[in-house]
Amino acid sequence: MSRTEDVLRRNKGNGGSLIGYFPLGYPSLKESIDAAVVMCESGVDVLELGIPYSDPVMDGIVIQQATEQALANGFRLRHTFDAIREVTSRVSAPVLVMTYWNPVMQYGQEKFASELAAVGASGAITPDLIPDEASGWIGATNNHGLDRVFLATPTSSPARTESACANSVGFVYAVSTMGITGAREDLDQKAKQVVAEVRTQSSDSMTAVGIGVSTAAQVRDINSYADGAIVGSAFVKAYQQGGLDGLRRKVSELAKGKSK
Amino acid sequence: MVQKLTEQVGPYFGEFGGRFVPESLIAALDELDETYQHAKNDPEFIAELAHLHKTYTGRPSIITEAPKFAASIGDIRVFLKREDLNHTGSHKINNVLGQALLAKRMGKSRIIAETGAGQHGVASATAAALLGLECVVYMGAVDTVRQALNVARMRLLGAEVIPVTTGSRTLKDAINEALRDWVANVENTHYLLGTVAGPHPFPTMVRDFHSVIGIEARQQMLDQFGSLPDVVAACVGGGSNAIGIFHAFLDDESVRLVGMEAAGDGVDTLRHAATLSMGRPGVLHGAKSYLLQDEDGQTLESHSISAGLDYPGVGPEHAWLKDIGRAEYIPVTDTEAMEALKLLSRNEGIIPAIETAHALAGIEKLMPTLRPGSKILVNLSGRGDKDMETAAKYFGLI
Ligand SMILES: Cc1ncc(COP(=O)(O)O)c(C=O)c1O
Repeated sequence: MSRTEDVLRRNKGNGGSLIGYFPLGYPSLKESIDAAVVMCESGVDVLELGIPYSDPVMDGIVIQQATEQALANGFRLRHTFDAIREVTSRVSAPVLVMTYWNPVMQYGQEKFASELAAVGASGAITPDLIPDEASGWIGATNNHGLDRVFLATPTSSPARTESACANSVGFVYAVSTMGITGAREDLDQKAKQVVAEVRTQSSDSMTAVGIGVSTAAQVRDINSYADGAIVGSAFVKAYQQGGLDGLRRKVSELAKGKSK
Repeated sequence: MVQKLTEQVGPYFGEFGGRFVPESLIAALDELDETYQHAKNDPEFIAELAHLHKTYTGRPSIITEAPKFAASIGDIRVFLKREDLNHTGSHKINNVLGQALLAKRMGKSRIIAETGAGQHGVASATAAALLGLECVVYMGAVDTVRQALNVARMRLLGAEVIPVTTGSRTLKDAINEALRDWVANVENTHYLLGTVAGPHPFPTMVRDFHSVIGIEARQQMLDQFGSLPDVVAACVGGGSNAIGIFHAFLDDESVRLVGMEAAGDGVDTLRHAATLSMGRPGVLHGAKSYLLQDEDGQTLESHSISAGLDYPGVGPEHAWLKDIGRAEYIPVTDTEAMEALKLLSRNEGIIPAIETAHALAGIEKLMPTLRPGSKILVNLSGRGDKDMETAAKYFGLI
């Protein structure tokens, strides 16, 4: 049913998957669309497009500053749908949005889901929405056949991890470490424990590891026990330093982590 | 059976409240909730907190009648619940001591706090010094300037003060930074949130720790002045001093509850912080409540001369009290608040915090609806020492 899940499953045993994040509207809407396309051309299997939000408590300084700039440059929520329509017409990878909850609540969750589906998005990751508060969102995403990704973390109880698995469609986002987004040199062992708990609670859920991933070696290591590695800040930084070419090089470099 | 208004314990107040936070924080919130549920019925905890309040905070706080101030407004009586006389100079210490004791119970060695006016930061730094905890305070870079004296106080008390330079550089952004710190350090750190906002259990727990204000004041009014007040008034930033004095009166139908919000330059401008008057429901900092936001759900920057009221959100219980009509909320501008600050200082020899001055200024707006001789109980939430620089500039005093 879920294209995202299909892609992750298909790539499993074949080096795994790379899931790439980029903020919409950064530095402008057009440039963020081009960045998204470049990422898919150079090795990203699933796209995660961030909707800029004024109070991004799950994000480190790199993504904070990028999304703050996107807002200052005039990003509006409705641009999300224009951008995704264009991206999905140019790439075949599944496209998810990553959004804090208040913009969706204000737009109307049913309307938001319906318009996401209409422009070809696969679903959404909602970092500050836990399944306990998500009954409306679960209904809306079901109505429109969208993925919805919840988080499992190193401090989640077995029951909460079970709930993240049972309520997620597409994959479960395994939070690698206690902290916010931003490249880290060493990811602790906690990522492995989170993935192991996901496997215990749900033998058939796909799960991808994110927060802090920035090297090909980490991508390889993660794909040895999980179903995908999620990279955000490292790509934004590469774009800041080297534009589309820099981004292309960084994605290609990290995609090498998928070869066995 | 109909639940009394005083018996609401969250996580929801009507449609408001809840937990809109990253999964990473849920275990810590559960641990806090369990620890608090246990502690609040534990005689040892109750006695420990009461002892601290008696011997350290200086509770019970007194009530002072303000006859000259009242006469300058009209035919009413005004009573001040003197939270300004608490150690550290505001109501904030009530909540801080409670939560700091809980942090110790949870075995956490480090507390973090956000602060706007600096009063909550000072109270947190004080409790950390008293109880031997490490303390880090996040404060918007705009506020570290306008409340510089409190920055010095916190540092003298041994706390680390980190100026926050993202977003609007005020209280909202300090809370964001504190939440980020908490996500990363949740194992040894307690986030000592300073108002009745945030995810459950904060709105309920912080309210309970401040409810001592209203419990004392209700009894003092009966004992010393022979009846309940007609009106209870307080300023509303996040809403902690207001809910603290309102709570004991929620089921007293004859008592009118009025919260005064910061209207900054005026609610007809974009420069205000009148969340309940001008905002609409949404999610910010972990709870559903009213907030100031644009059409897309982006939080708007608030503005107020008072750092402690300069916040685009408000606690969920206030949102509910507004919607069910049990409490009313009115906007008060910077100019009106500063006039009231001067009026109380000159007439009664009491210099209130600028936050508190909003509550005093709002009384005049109620006059057309008050019977002659009405008794108004005001939460004098803090003293004005921290605001001397702002006041000196505003009135051209030095
Ligand atoms: C003296 C005083 N009153 C009121 C407030 C506003 O906070 P709350 O609405 O939580 O009482 C503050 C906050 O810093 C304060 O210092």
